[in-house]
Amino acid sequence: MSLLTLDHISVAYDNQLILKDFNLSIEQGQLVSLLGPSGCGKTTTLRLIAGFLVAKDGKFMFGGKDYTRVPVNKRNFGFVFQSYALFPHLSVFENVAFGLRLRKMKEDEVKRRVLRILEVVSLAGFEKRFPRELSGGQRQRVAIARALVIEPDLLLFDEPLSNLDANLRVSMRVEIRRIQQELGITTVYVSHDQEECFSISDRVAIMNQGNIEQLDAPSTIFRYPATEYVARFIGFQNFLHFSERQDTDGEIELTLGSQKFKAIKHQGTSHPDARKGAFRPDDLALTEQENRLTDNVLPGIIKVSTYLGRSYQYAVETEYGEFTVNQEMDTPYLSGQRINLIFPKEKMVLVE
Amino acid sequence: MRNKHIGLGLFSLLVYIFLLGPLLIISATSFEPGTVLKFPPSGFSLQWYQNIFKVELFPQTFKTSIVISLLGNLLALLLGVPAAYALSRFSFRGKDTLNAIFLSPVLIPGIVLGFTMLKYLIVVYHLPIYTGLLIGHTVIMLPFIIRVIGSSLSSFDFAIEEAALSLGAGPLRTFFKVVLPNIRSGIIAAVLIAFLESFNNVDISLFMTGPGISTLPIQMLTYVENYFDPTIAAISMLLMILTAVLMFVIERLMGLSYFTKR
Repeated sequence: MSLLTLDHISVAYDNQLILKDFNLSIEQGQLVSLLGPSGCGKTTTLRLIAGFLVAKDGKFMFGGKDYTRVPVNKRNFGFVFQSYALFPHLSVFENVAFGLRLRKMKEDEVKRRVLRILEVVSLAGFEKRFPRELSGGQRQRVAIARALVIEPDLLLFDEPLSNLDANLRVSMRVEIRRIQQELGITTVYVSHDQEECFSISDRVAIMNQGNIEQLDAPSTIFRYPATEYVARFIGFQNFLHFSERQDTDGEIELTLGSQKFKAIKHQGTSHPDARKGAFRPDDLALTEQENRLTDNVLPGIIKVSTYLGRSYQYAVETEYGEFTVNQEMDTPYLSGQRINLIFPKEKMVLVE
Repeated sequence: MRNKHIGLGLFSLLVYIFLLGPLLIISATSFEPGTVLKFPPSGFSLQWYQNIFKVELFPQTFKTSIVISLLGNLLALLLGVPAAYALSRFSFRGKDTLNAIFLSPVLIPGIVLGFTMLKYLIVVYHLPIYTGLLIGHTVIMLPFIIRVIGSSLSSFDFAIEEAALSLGAGPLRTFFKVVLPNIRSGIIAAVLIAFLESFNNVDISLFMTGPGISTLPIQMLTYVENYFDPTIAAISMLLMILTAVLMFVIERLMGLSYFTKR
């Protein structure tokens, strides 16, 4: 039984459907990222969960209760904003204490909790400062402390690190993950930064045009993307659009025009409808040898050759489109050279 | 290049003389001991300052002006703050039109506005003079309130408001605890500017004052029609000082750039 369920949710904005028939469920204690380019609906999803937006259709269940119509201020969710959104007129202490005071807590209890949470985010001794006197990273930690101190049932992050510089981003995400795991708090995290999401999440939802293309553990997504969109997103650049797929005992036989291809059965080829073979540039190989008779080979011509330092990158033109190949070698192939392009069957991932 | 700067300097000097000259002349003449306005003054005396308080109508209309300006200000705030908030916070159909309507009292000539109000508020609807005057001043203050507070809100990050909501504050509490404190200086500036606009107003008051009820500027006009002694210069001095003090307060609070922005 999951803690949070979005059940056939639709959200419209200016008469335009941003989310349509959207489903998502999240388990207790997990950190789930919503990852995708701007406009994919990830922030809308987060704002809907927070209660800043109301669903046009569908149901939002949380902890077994219907939260669809519960207003923001009654949800007890912590929200961390991209712009930090600290209260400029209040000190760090009062910023963090804000939520506790609303809960009519005794003053010494407020003090105890604020000081403890400031310690958790490594900001002990900063309580008298004002937001304008803090660096970006410190502000974001105040924002996290402010969201955590109310002991929220759910923690929501909206691109919390995108205003920080690169080094700080890395250390802050480690910090966020540490705090999240320490407190075991269920978290939804929105970002467009792939590395960020993959490094801190239990599960990542790759979103595209208001849909979740894939929701899996980061390592699963990285190795076994489910759709072409996800595959492209994580660096697969080569796709073979097969016309036929035949599953046999240990292997899968595929047809592309007059060419036969084979793929090995594994998690990445298990979906019976998946018929696009996906490869990273590093996964393909080039050979000058004439071996037309073997499977998984396409003849082609080198179009462009680019020196990458460790390897050369080639754009190879074939009957079925252009492919990108990285190959380590001492003397590079020349443009215009005829070549055979090998698609190793053990590397092939089949996507939709 | 150098010549150009001298030219510019001279030009600026002329502008300053043109702007400040009359004020200096007025202040000098207010100390005239004689019974007629004269420049340069023939001596030094404070008798016309004393005269202000001897002519009963001056303190009396001053009081009316203050009360009308403060009450009108309060009304304009009650109307203007929610309006400014809604106009900055939400996007909705007809927003631009509404904006234009709220600002129209500054665009319509005061004479036209004053006459229209006289015609409808007093002649057609028979409102008491005092009420009519109050409404008139509220209307002319409203655009300043909305404009200045709106400009204050335009730099307000509404995520801050959402942060308060997510921490458990209701919408009203959020407004008073989070939004209001952060636009406080804008509100004070708006109040001061609107106050000056109302307090110095002639064109609306001209139509909306009546038997027994007048404002200070109107009383000054009436006085000048009958007398030509330096009392009027003395009053002008006091009003200038009042204005200067208020401007100083605004400048301290948020800088005069508030007036030049947009």
